[in-house]
Amino acid sequence: MDNSKFRVAVIGIGLTKFGEHWEKGLRNLAIEAGVNAVTDAKIEGKEIDAMYIGNMASGRLTGQEHLGALVADQIGMNIPATRVEAACASGGLALRQGLLSILSGQHNVVLVGGAEKMTDMSVDQVTTTLMGAADEEWEGFQGLTFPGLYALMARRHMHDYGTRREHLAMISVKNHEHASMNPIAQFQNKITVDQVLKSTMVADPLTLLDCSPVSDGAAALILCREDIAKKYTDNPVYIVGSGQASDTLALAQRKSLTRLDATIMASRAAYKQAGVAPKDINVVEVHDCFTIAELMAVEDLGFAEKGKGGKFIEEGNTKLGGKIPFNTSGGLKACGHPVGATGIKQACEVVMQLRGEAGARQVKGAEIGMTHNVGGSGATAVVHVFKK
Amino acid sequence: MHRTSVPLLWRRFKHHYRLLGNHCKTCKTDYYPPREICPTCRRKGVLEEKEFEKKGTIQTYSIIYAGPVGFDKQTPYAVALIKLDNGPVLVSQIVDAPFDQVKIGAKVTAVFRKIYEDGKEGIIHYGLKWKVV
Repeated sequence: MDNSKFRVAVIGIGLTKFGEHWEKGLRNLAIEAGVNAVTDAKIEGKEIDAMYIGNMASGRLTGQEHLGALVADQIGMNIPATRVEAACASGGLALRQGLLSILSGQHNVVLVGGAEKMTDMSVDQVTTTLMGAADEEWEGFQGLTFPGLYALMARRHMHDYGTRREHLAMISVKNHEHASMNPIAQFQNKITVDQVLKSTMVADPLTLLDCSPVSDGAAALILCREDIAKKYTDNPVYIVGSGQASDTLALAQRKSLTRLDATIMASRAAYKQAGVAPKDINVVEVHDCFTIAELMAVEDLGFAEKGKGGKFIEEGNTKLGGKIPFNTSGGLKACGHPVGATGIKQACEVVMQLRGEAGARQVKGAEIGMTHNVGGSGATAVVHVFKK
Repeated sequence: MHRTSVPLLWRRFKHHYRLLGNHCKTCKTDYYPPREICPTCRRKGVLEEKEFEKKGTIQTYSIIYAGPVGFDKQTPYAVALIKLDNGPVLVSQIVDAPFDQVKIGAKVTAVFRKIYEDGKEGIIHYGLKWKVV
């Protein structure tokens, strides 16, 4: 992106409600979000040059593969349509692929979407399927689960830095509070630290209320070249930085258990491209699949020193009205986590914030926002910086 | 529905049963599970099989209460990252000990155990779990 002569704008956003959609299947959700994005962008369907669809596990969760063609079929178009998969970072990566396709000069207007239908399967089947995002052959074989992998990181963070379970619980409490102001959120109820600590243990030290839920949902964005954005909208939001990095699939082989190096590398690349530093960011959507993941993101994205994330959160800095609001949407924890949709939903939230359309959860005067989407236990990280 | 195909794990018997990984002669790094190429030396790496001693130390742990398919009857069970005394870090279960003995820094040694049963008609998988010494 450094050498390109133009930027890419987001001119439309579309979301479904996140939650348990018993009456809707994968294709219904994907189309609903796409139509909402096209309507928001005020473009004609025929103006779209290509589509990128983020999805992690439709084959195992619903039996349906070949999602690119499925979505093109449903909207009656013959344009290139590509499914993108990077586990829980599938959405963020679909966004990045759409962005790169425009920067390459190949396309002018691109739809990027994400969708996941998870509730047709039982919880233990979903748990097993999600382990495909880790090292299934070695971690899955030993009975590890995703909450288990993040619990291993949480335990070590507590041991090394004195992080307490209360610090983790405060993240859930904050995300539920933010979600109470978000009409699409799966959980709009407020909770207390005590409730988080006393809820059912899933993988010690993480309880049920430290974990993001099983969700259905979809999200979509319309991207276009900067020079044609004003044709469609008076308030385009620009993508000014994009970073992606990879790390070992298995947690055991990482250099550190208390940070995600992929997050550090992807965010530094995105900051550099955007010419910004953490102090310039006004609002950020991070990948809080488990509370410890948000705490590590606070540190790895550069908002607090390593080991000081707990204190930074305790001081209220990440709340709406604080120094840098984290997850105004409610995050994965309370807004919900339909895996492939999450990275796109994060971008929709940041665009709403920068447009000033976030209602009760609006961050006043937000001009620069960021999204942080993680795949697996940290094997992929995708970071984007957005500017008004 | 089976969790894992039989040949997928059959290919791994010697690695699972004997704690057999590999070692790069160029950079002297140990790998478990074994790698196809040394990620540090790549084309300059020379990998040879290496059997690790079944002794290590717990780096971090968790107790799993909600298990995946095949492990649901074993819950709650302890899992840990174990730094081998003469090898790399691996992930496995800790057994034969009350949970309060599962601690960061605890010394562990491997025991041969059933890992999980793959449904009513699938095969029973075996491998190593670890106990506190």
